[in-house]
Amino acid sequence: MGDMSDIASRGYAHPEVLVSTDWVAAHLNDPSVRLIESNEDTLLYSSGHIPGAVHVDWTTDLNDPLRRDYITREGFSALMSRIGVTPDTTVVFYGDKNNWWACYAFWVFQLFGHTNAKVMDGGRLKWEKEGRELTREVPKITPTTYEAPERNDAEIRAFRDEVLRHVEKKGQLVDVRSPEEYAGTRLHMPDYPNEGALRGGHIPGAKNIPWAKAINPEDGTFKTAAELRELYLNNASLQPDQPTIAYCRIGERSSHTWFALRYLLGFKNVKNYDGSWTEWGNSVGLPIER
Amino acid sequence: MALPPRLQEILDLFATMDDPADRTDLLLSFADQFREVPPEVATRPFGRDHLVPHCESEAYVWAIRQPDGTLKLHFAVENPSGISAKALAAILDRALSGLPPDQIAEVTPDIVEAIFRQNISMGKGMGLMSMVQAVRSLAKAAA
Repeated sequence: MGDMSDIASRGYAHPEVLVSTDWVAAHLNDPSVRLIESNEDTLLYSSGHIPGAVHVDWTTDLNDPLRRDYITREGFSALMSRIGVTPDTTVVFYGDKNNWWACYAFWVFQLFGHTNAKVMDGGRLKWEKEGRELTREVPKITPTTYEAPERNDAEIRAFRDEVLRHVEKKGQLVDVRSPEEYAGTRLHMPDYPNEGALRGGHIPGAKNIPWAKAINPEDGTFKTAAELRELYLNNASLQPDQPTIAYCRIGERSSHTWFALRYLLGFKNVKNYDGSWTEWGNSVGLPIER
Repeated sequence: MALPPRLQEILDLFATMDDPADRTDLLLSFADQFREVPPEVATRPFGRDHLVPHCESEAYVWAIRQPDGTLKLHFAVENPSGISAKALAAILDRALSGLPPDQIAEVTPDIVEAIFRQNISMGKGMGLMSMVQAVRSLAKAAA
């Protein structure tokens, strides 16, 4: 069977946050588990998803429709009710692009303290490569009652002024964008449209570790703890006991790195700066390094 | 210049759909109609000169001149998650195959926005518009 023991043998600080495709296949009919697909491509879920999985869309479900912010307590309660989740439900995220959006949704769920949450290692890519079942049938969900607490931004979310203080204290920063964005030679991802910042470069002192380096590209699974330590600790000299802030362009790629640092390597204090470069590179007077 | 009639019909159909779910269903029905380039036109490994640049779905495009001087478009989409690319390929084939090259060359990438609207996400837009641009370039070269 391999996979579960495989995840357990990779040396992660919190291996329980990852489940294998085998585990998911064995829990398809488990009423205490809710599978949640989150993708960049909004057509993908409708084109076929894991049986029983619900769709959470990062733009329409997790973001405030007006302000640049996440949904409120009321919005999150309504979302959880709609997707049939109770406080006791284990939610398991998966999606396209190496679980990029799955980790982003996982992070937003943690702002509301739904800690009973996991990510399916390898995401859609691994599930599809293994030839497992996909369906277009959207599950019929009986709405639940879910009373979410107020969103708690203090623990895992960083705001601009806090990042500035962190820079002044020479705190650890991880820039997870492409080397070209980090260097300031481009203002957006390769092959992506320019969703603008007026200035290019990076936050002073940030180390550049592109987010997808944490992944085995052939099946989308996370690298072992030893490989991740080589990447983040040995190569980039990050220290797990030091406060760390990750950022990218709008905070989605960096939620993937946040997940890897916090749960797989056990960093004590990691925050995701979701304002990221679209805020920093557009703000008047903030320090920039190239 | 007016758009080719079959393309205009498809755009009109999308324009009537305000419910995102209906739009998604229509896009999926096009994706389901997608047929890969037949082996008499091209076989793997496909020539790199037919690869659409900037398209994550690894889309390939061919424009084959027919005896009557019109073009027949063919596509391949190598990424199994390339649903949007398959939908657009099926739409372009349906709307443009059988037209003379100079008419196909008039079609501009902004049709992508009219077709996908809110279903277009950050990365996809560039790749899909690049597919239209690739068709346009082949048609120009054939004109």
